[in-house]
Formats: sequence, C-alpha cells, structure tokens
Amino acid sequence: MVEWTDAERKAITTLWSQIDVGEIGPQALTRLLVVYPWTQRHFGSFGNLSTYAAIVGNAKVANHGKTVMGGLESAVKNLDNIKKTYAKLSVMHSEKLHVDPDNFRTLAECISVVVAAKFGPSVFTPGFQEAWQKFLAVVVSALGRQYH
Amino acid sequence: MLSKKEKKLIKEIWERLTPVAEDIGSDALLRMFASYPGTKTYFSHLDISPGSAHLYSHGKKIVLAIAEGAKDISQLTVTLAPLQTLHAYQLRIDPTNFKLLSHCMLVTLACYLGEEFTPVAHAAIDKYLSAFAAVLSEKYR
Repeated sequence: MVEWTDAERKAITTLWSQIDVGEIGPQALTRLLVVYPWTQRHFGSFGNLSTYAAIVGNAKVANHGKTVMGGLESAVKNLDNIKKTYAKLSVMHSEKLHVDPDNFRTLAECISVVVAAKFGPSVFTPGFQEAWQKFLAVVVSALGRQYH
Repeated sequence: MLSKKEKKLIKEIWERLTPVAEDIGSDALLRMFASYPGTKTYFSHLDISPGSAHLYSHGKKIVLAIAEGAKDISQLTVTLAPLQTLHAYQLRIDPTNFKLLSHCMLVTLACYLGEEFTPVAHAAIDKYLSAFAAVLSEKYR
C-alpha cells in the first residue's frame, strides 16, 4: 500500500490538472526516442524515425505519446489502488509488447523533464518534483508488476 | 559518442550557466535531496537546508567543475584527474548517485531554460553528464 501525504496528493492533482496530455505526451515520447535512440526498437511500425526532424514530425509518435500520457489519468484517479488499476496493462506490456520494464523508468524521467520545462521552477518545485516522481515511480512499478 | 556539434552546444550551454552556477547547482542539489533522501547521507557535515551558504557554495563547485570539463570534452580525463582521486579515495560516493544528480541537473536545466532545453540539447547534455560521471568514478577500482 503506497502512503501519500496530503501535500503529495495535492501536488500530483495540481500538476495533472494543468497538464495537456496532447501537448506533454508527444513531447515526452519524442524525447525518449531522441535521447535514448535504442528505444526506437519498439516502434518499427511507426515509419521514419531516422532523424530528429522525422521523429518530431511523425504523427504516429505524437498520437502514441498522447495515448500513453492519457494512460496516467487512471492512476491519478486511483492513487490508492495503482497496482490493481494497471494489472492488465502490465500483462499486455509483458506478454504482447515485450517491453523491458526499465524503459518505463526512462520514459518517466523524460516526462518529468518535459513537465519541468513546461512549468518552470516556481511551480515544479523540489517538493512538487518529489511527489510527481514518486507518483510516476508507483506507476512504473505497477506496470512491471505482472512480468514473470 | 558526442558529435562536434554536440560538444559545441554543450560548451555553449555551460558557459552561459557559469555566472549563475550557485543558483543552478543549489537547485539541482535541493531537488536531489528531496526526491532521493539517501543522497543526504553524504552531506552530514554540511548545512544543506534551502538557502544555506553551504548549499550555494557546494552547488557552485559542482557546476563550475562540469563547466570546466565542457570547455574541452576530449580532455575530460586530464581535467578531472584531481577530482577522480578525491572521489575514489576520500568521498567514495556510490556511483549510482551520479545518475540521480544528473537527472536532477537535467530537471533544473529544463526549469530554467524551458523551450530552449530542446530534445537535442537534452540528449547532448545527458550524454555529457554520463561521460563525466564515468570519468569521475574511473579510479574507484
């Protein structure tokens, strides 16, 4: 059972309420593919990812970024039950998509960087960052939970 | 592997950050202490509360060392030789912590540079900080 302080809950819901998944999602996924190019191995069906311009202009990347970021909604709404909420998604990532769970952690780092760039230091304070990263860490853990 | 373009970009960015080294450095440290409390165990001899003089001077030291290395990345092992010895034989900071500080440094840069912290800049600096950390821990064993 994850324990959240009131401050942490507030930070997470405050940040989430100001996040546009259609904006942050594509940026985060783009960063993942640019900063850690080996992650492109999971996106063979996305077409051209061979240059920075190709990745940034790729509609499938943008779409998928939005989908993945939107997937955090159920975690925000179920902070006290994240493990169960993501059980099915975890199975899917393991058995169908064969994604190394380490990639979840890497994407989470990219998400945090994009959120930081968007909100700046007065909103994304060290305290908010701690809560947000803890939140993402719980999601990451839940997504890797059903691997065997 | 860092391209010529990336090395130039890295050098430019850290040159720009040198005048605000203590702000950048202390911000990154504070973020690291907040998100990864285990890292505080290395600082029991300093006052690392927000705004403390120790925090600013230590943050400044770190950023200036990173900026110094950025001036000529091909000479990183030479530039960092004294710091290698310090970290290996005196400080003995577990190298996994370098990753944590690097991540927080990236977050600080994102906060302060905003849109300017493009994916290309992010990639270049992440690679540079990884190389920096690797060189720093070379004498550990």
